[in-house]
Amino acid sequence: MGLKEIRWHGRGGQGVVTASELIAEAAILEGNYIQAFPEFGPERMGAPIKAFTRISDEPIKIHSQVYTPDIVMVLDPTLLGSVNVTEGLSDDGILIVNTPLGEGELRAQLGFNGKIYAFNATKIAMETIGRPVANTSCAGALVKASGLVKLENLLDVTEEKFKEKLSQKAIIANKEAIKAAYEAV
Amino acid sequence: MKLTIPEQELMEKGHMACLGCGGSLAMRYLLKALGKDTMMAIPACCWAVIPGVFPYSCLEIPLQYVAFEATGAAISGMEAALKAKGKKDGVTVVGWAGDGGTVDIGIQALSGAVERGHDVKYVCYDNEAYMNTGIQRSSATPKGAWTTTTPVGNTRFWKQTNKKNIVEIMAAHDIPYACTASVAYPEDLIKKAKKMKDIKGPCYMHIYAPCPTGWKYPPEKTIELSRLATESCIFPLYEVTYGKYKINKDIKDEKKKPIIDYLRSQGRFRKLDEETIRSLQKHVDDEWIKLKKKVECFGEE
Amino acid sequence: MKKVLSGNSAAAYGSMLVRAEVISAYPITPQTKIVEKIADLIANGEFKTEFVKVESEHSAMAAAVSASLVGARTFTATSAQGLLLMHEILHWASASRTPIVMVNINRGLAPPWSVWADQTDSIAQRDTGWMQFYCESCQEVLDTMIQLYKVAEDKDVLLPAMLSEDAFLLSHTSEIVDIPDQEKVDDFLGTFDPEYKLDVNRPMSFGSLSMPHQYYYEFRYKIAEAMENAKNKIIEVERDFEKVFGRSYGGFLDLYRCDGADIVLVAAGSMSSTIRIAVDEMRDKGHKVGLARLRVFRPFPVEEFKKLAKDVKIIGVLDRSFCFGYEGAFFTEIKSALYNMDDRPLVKGYVVGIGGRDVTLDVIFEIIDDCMKTTDTKEESFKWIGLKG
Repeated sequence: MGLKEIRWHGRGGQGVVTASELIAEAAILEGNYIQAFPEFGPERMGAPIKAFTRISDEPIKIHSQVYTPDIVMVLDPTLLGSVNVTEGLSDDGILIVNTPLGEGELRAQLGFNGKIYAFNATKIAMETIGRPVANTSCAGALVKASGLVKLENLLDVTEEKFKEKLSQKAIIANKEAIKAAYEAV
Repeated sequence: MKLTIPEQELMEKGHMACLGCGGSLAMRYLLKALGKDTMMAIPACCWAVIPGVFPYSCLEIPLQYVAFEATGAAISGMEAALKAKGKKDGVTVVGWAGDGGTVDIGIQALSGAVERGHDVKYVCYDNEAYMNTGIQRSSATPKGAWTTTTPVGNTRFWKQTNKKNIVEIMAAHDIPYACTASVAYPEDLIKKAKKMKDIKGPCYMHIYAPCPTGWKYPPEKTIELSRLATESCIFPLYEVTYGKYKINKDIKDEKKKPIIDYLRSQGRFRKLDEETIRSLQKHVDDEWIKLKKKVECFGEE
Repeated sequence: MKKVLSGNSAAAYGSMLVRAEVISAYPITPQTKIVEKIADLIANGEFKTEFVKVESEHSAMAAAVSASLVGARTFTATSAQGLLLMHEILHWASASRTPIVMVNINRGLAPPWSVWADQTDSIAQRDTGWMQFYCESCQEVLDTMIQLYKVAEDKDVLLPAMLSEDAFLLSHTSEIVDIPDQEKVDDFLGTFDPEYKLDVNRPMSFGSLSMPHQYYYEFRYKIAEAMENAKNKIIEVERDFEKVFGRSYGGFLDLYRCDGADIVLVAAGSMSSTIRIAVDEMRDKGHKVGLARLRVFRPFPVEEFKKLAKDVKIIGVLDRSFCFGYEGAFFTEIKSALYNMDDRPLVKGYVVGIGGRDVTLDVIFEIIDDCMKTTDTKEESFKWIGLKG
């Protein structure tokens, strides 16, 4: 596998860091090494933020920021146009975007030649969770698009992570969102 | 004759205080009231020197010397550690600081400690200036007083502002108990100290402790002067227990002494003009009325 | 038990594992997650401790000193401005011989405001009589906390210890951390029970006035002696720790591929990890480059540096701090340690990463390249790397 670097784009309060941690924790279940960190600095509700995940089958030594991600995940469609989400992403990379737009429209808008996965995570979240919280469905889409971790492991760590914070009903809804997003991309 | 003051001495002979030191009397009375199961923090102040030079100490209690502004924090740490160790029961944790260490540099740590509700007793012995460093003004120095940083030469550069009212600041923290006491009234002081010891939670005591060296009066007059301060209502004896005000030494209007007697007995007020004396009298009168109103509105039933 | 923990969470779990009896702390970015996590652990009923939520860092340290003098195992954590506000009481803690352990998140000092990695805050506390450790990973943070209490509380040491980790690069980076069994930690550490303490049954005074002809001088000598004693203790504890927990960090100097190296880089904290990658790449290309990670800054590992210097041609020192009017502190001190050697290597100094400027692989390669190009072994050199015009 080697070292894979994921960059997450979202806004403060959307659960971006939580999503990045879910993927990291699922990767650990499969015997991998991980690192997860938020963008360095103060986080502000509603402001654009980034988070990062590193996954590798060997111990991860590096302790500097991520400049050339292999995968970019955009949780919030309103960031397109104001944040350069493809920065450092080569044509070998993968871009996954929560958007009502189709893949073609998106490609035209971003001028990106690599793999693009466009899907409407907010719509999935509304249908499953009942609120526009797209972080778990984005994690589900990332699993499908990247193949970095297995779907069942993501579902397991989601259960584990949320069991003290959310009601059983909310946990089931989040897992539904993950599955629906997995199917959608 | 029945003795009204406990015989036990926890402050031994051989201390290093000046002749007639009010702060030394205050410590002696306080420890008589609190007894040997007392743990104390003392910041920079006269009392950082009075107990003696290493390895001697005139105090027979465990004692930590702490940084000038740190008394409130130090007693918080002591109390927390005693609780963690299961040794807090029966032990009184006391912060003992001068006026500068209380009302100026130490006010933040003190405010924090009482707000957090630690079971600690903070006692300020007030000699109304930085005496250990040689008589510089503090915010407890009264208006009109000479100090080395408010010198009175041709320009009459005495302290221009009134004394900070720390007792009311402490009462405003909504602590169980805040009071004043004076070395001229040892029974009252001891009664209040015992009351603090029995109350669980933060308590504050402010002791009037004259300094013959800094106030420029003969050392044998310490008690007389202290009594005059209370009788002229410059330093009233009162307490605030769970928000209820009580005056412990009532001064009837006809018995209330004019402050000019008090001012004229000390060299530090020697050059005061009539106008300043009048303004000081008015301030004392206003504060006394205010206090009596508080008793009227929020007195003990 | 393996858990995903950030450097901050590792510190919080560390305080629970060592069973800190009193914690006094004040929040500051990027340390806040430590106090929040401790509060969570207490609220969940997992951690029994007296948590004093003080109104300032000055009070945090003052309360810690008094708590420690009562005989409680005490922990605190801070960063940057907070550490500077503590400065007066840092001296108080070492001179009171209180074995407090503190985690400091290395962060830039204002102005201008900066919350990012910079080691100037802890370097500025060099002379306070605290032991200073710098960590590279979240696992090392947790393990070192356990080690530090063992060293600090030793009766021949009784000095406070500071554990530093870089802001965000470690404080906010989550990694897999193996949390040792509580029983093993209990056995390893034992309880804290100092011979001299504040006790109503055995009253004594701490910190009485001492005249010039009396004992102040000797008290200070005793601290110097305790720092020397700490040197052996640090090695001993590291060895014992490895036996029990199966992990070790090299004691004072964590040497990586230094065997037969011509050039050795010295650095502290998170950038060491990046240097390891650079060293691997250089070695693959046949260049003899190594890393000596400075793990302990006080007491300073003079003998370890001398030993390292014997077979090395160039030592490149990376400082993530700067002492205005001279140079980086590590650079100065390493040169000083080697001064009396007959045949010493050239020591070159580089300032990097100030205020959180990322220390990337490119930065490291630039430094290695600069070392490799050096031909004149008498050349004094000191550089700020990557300054913008």
